Amino acid sequence: MAYLELQELHRDFGTVKALNGIDIALGEGEFLSLLGPSGCGKTTALRLVAGFDRPDQGRIVVDGKDVTRVSPNRRDMGMVFQAYSLFPNMTARQNVEFGLKIRGRDKAERRKRVDDLLELVGLTHAADRYPHQLSGGMQQRVALARALAIEPRVLLLDEPLSALDAKVRVQLREEIRRIQLELGITTLYVTHDQEEALAISDHVAVMYGGVIEQMGTPAEMYTAPATPFVAEFIGTMNRLEAIVLDGVEGDVEHSGLRLRVDAARGRRNGERVLVLIRPESLELEAATNGAAPNSFTGEVLTQTFLGPVTRLKVSGSGTNLIADLSTARAAALPVGARVVAKIPSEGAKLISLPDDGPGLPVLDPDDQ
Amino acid sequence: MPFFAYTVAFLFLPAGAILVGAFEGKTSGWTLSNVRLLFHHPYIDAYKTSIEISLVTALVGGVAGLFIAYAALRDGTPGWVRSVFTTFSGVAANFGGIPLAFAFIATAGPLGIVTVFLRNHGFDPSAHGFNLFSKTGVELAYLYFQLPLMILVISPAIDGLRREWREAAANLGAKQWQFWWHVGLPVLMPSILGATILLFGNAFAAYATAYSLTSGTVNIVPILIGAYYSGNVLDNPHLAQAMAFGMFVVLAVMMVLYVPLQRRAARWAK
Ligand SMILES: Nc1ncnc2c1ncn2[C@@H]1O[C@H](COP(=O)(O)OP(=O)(O)OP(=O)(O)O)[C@@H](O)[C@H]1O
Ligand SMILES: [Mg+2]
Repeated sequence: MAYLELQELHRDFGTVKALNGIDIALGEGEFLSLLGPSGCGKTTALRLVAGFDRPDQGRIVVDGKDVTRVSPNRRDMGMVFQAYSLFPNMTARQNVEFGLKIRGRDKAERRKRVDDLLELVGLTHAADRYPHQLSGGMQQRVALARALAIEPRVLLLDEPLSALDAKVRVQLREEIRRIQLELGITTLYVTHDQEEALAISDHVAVMYGGVIEQMGTPAEMYTAPATPFVAEFIGTMNRLEAIVLDGVEGDVEHSGLRLRVDAARGRRNGERVLVLIRPESLELEAATNGAAPNSFTGEVLTQTFLGPVTRLKVSGSGTNLIADLSTARAAALPVGARVVAKIPSEGAKLISLPDDGPGLPVLDPDDQ
Repeated sequence: MPFFAYTVAFLFLPAGAILVGAFEGKTSGWTLSNVRLLFHHPYIDAYKTSIEISLVTALVGGVAGLFIAYAALRDGTPGWVRSVFTTFSGVAANFGGIPLAFAFIATAGPLGIVTVFLRNHGFDPSAHGFNLFSKTGVELAYLYFQLPLMILVISPAIDGLRREWREAAANLGAKQWQFWWHVGLPVLMPSILGATILLFGNAFAAYATAYSLTSGTVNIVPILIGAYYSGNVLDNPHLAQAMAFGMFVVLAVMMVLYVPLQRRAARWAK
């Protein structure tokens, strides 16, 4: 049974439909990430759950009780903000203690609980420092401990790591997940970083323009994106617009090339589709004479070293492709080399496109 | 270095001259008699009045200004209210002297429009002991620039209160007043203290408004000093210097009270 439910939530700001019908059901102890580009309504959704804002339509239900009209200070939700949310006039310890003090817990109990929490987030040594004496990462740890202190029914985090540098971000996200699992706390996590969302969530909901485009486990979202937007947003994806030529054999046509894609079997002839191929499933070889089946011929434009793999950008036949190769193999295909890129007929996914649609949403590269 | 020279020339030299002058005899030699005289009528009364007016207007102006500024700046107040407010405060804080006195006489004087209006509606302020040309009148007039000054000075601090703090407090179960008690006021306190001491000094040194409003019937220290320099009772210029010296001392005492308070209030800050 769902523990936290967002039902048909709508919220307009003037003419902007920040939320246009959001439905989420989350089981007790589960971790769901709301993932999407800037302005898609993630924060708005979280603020409705926390009670800082009221929906124009829809309900929020926690443990079977409708809390839509309950004021934020009576919701028992722990919130971690993006940054600078610690009370500046209180030490780390006093910040963590605040919720317990408001709840009138006695001193000994408070002390014990605060000590435990500071230990949980690894900040025992910094308990008596003021926020400005803590690094950004430490501040967010304190904020997490402060939110957990009141034993909230739901933990809400709004891009808690986005103000931190990359290394701390990775370290802290794993810690958040560890603590969440340890306490078994139902968690709603907002981020625009798809890698972060995939790394730590039980479920991911990709939002765009105030609606949820797709919701699923990280693996589902990665391997089976249901919409062009999700395909674009999650991971790096080669996207080839194509027309179905033969829905029996699974043949499609993309800029004059005939490709066989298993996923195209059963499609209507003449249907517009998007062929999706992950960079790691493209096979790249040095070009030989004669055209290979199911392949593009092109030239290596760039090589980007990513550690164990190297990312190659290949251009040819009016198409740009991205392929990830093991770094050792990439060495044999330097910039300028002629290569053949083989499309794996079983590894490609297919999404229908509207027949006369505008095609694809344009993404701000900063969101990626 | 030029700045230092400037400071010496325009700040310390006059102050030094006053300090030295305060202890000079009428004709020659050093004496304490000028300073001793300050503790007698009418000088000691002028200090009392000055301090009282300054304290009252600083505290009333400070508290009221804080509330008004908060009401004008908080989320949900339309943007234009805010800009009208800031502009008006900027002008009003510098309003003083003869124009301000005249404005008050025209509104709250015996024949002022507010007075007449109230009287026509069966309420006579003078029957309730109100007299514009008194200490209360001066305080009222001072508030006209003290309040906007408070608004000007405290606004940046109020703007600095982050929405996240209020929301985090609510999230942790705090009611509105608990947020203000535990977070809002403590965070503002250093600024409030600083602004109040500024208001005190502002009122303490003001001269023209009180003088033109009461034509000298309410004795405050700057008016007495002015009387000496304007020449009607010029019998001992060193007494005027001693009075100015006394003002320095009062301000110095205020600072001595203020600094530790300020330090305590701001102990959490950088
Ligand atoms: N208080 C508000 N008044 C007016 N418009 C608002 C308000 N809050 C949000 N919006 C608008 O609603 C939309 C969704 O905003 P929201 O803050 O939820 O986005 P977000 O997904 O959190 O984006 P980001 O990643 O930038 O934080 C945006 O178009 C935003 O401009
Ligand atoms: Mg946001």
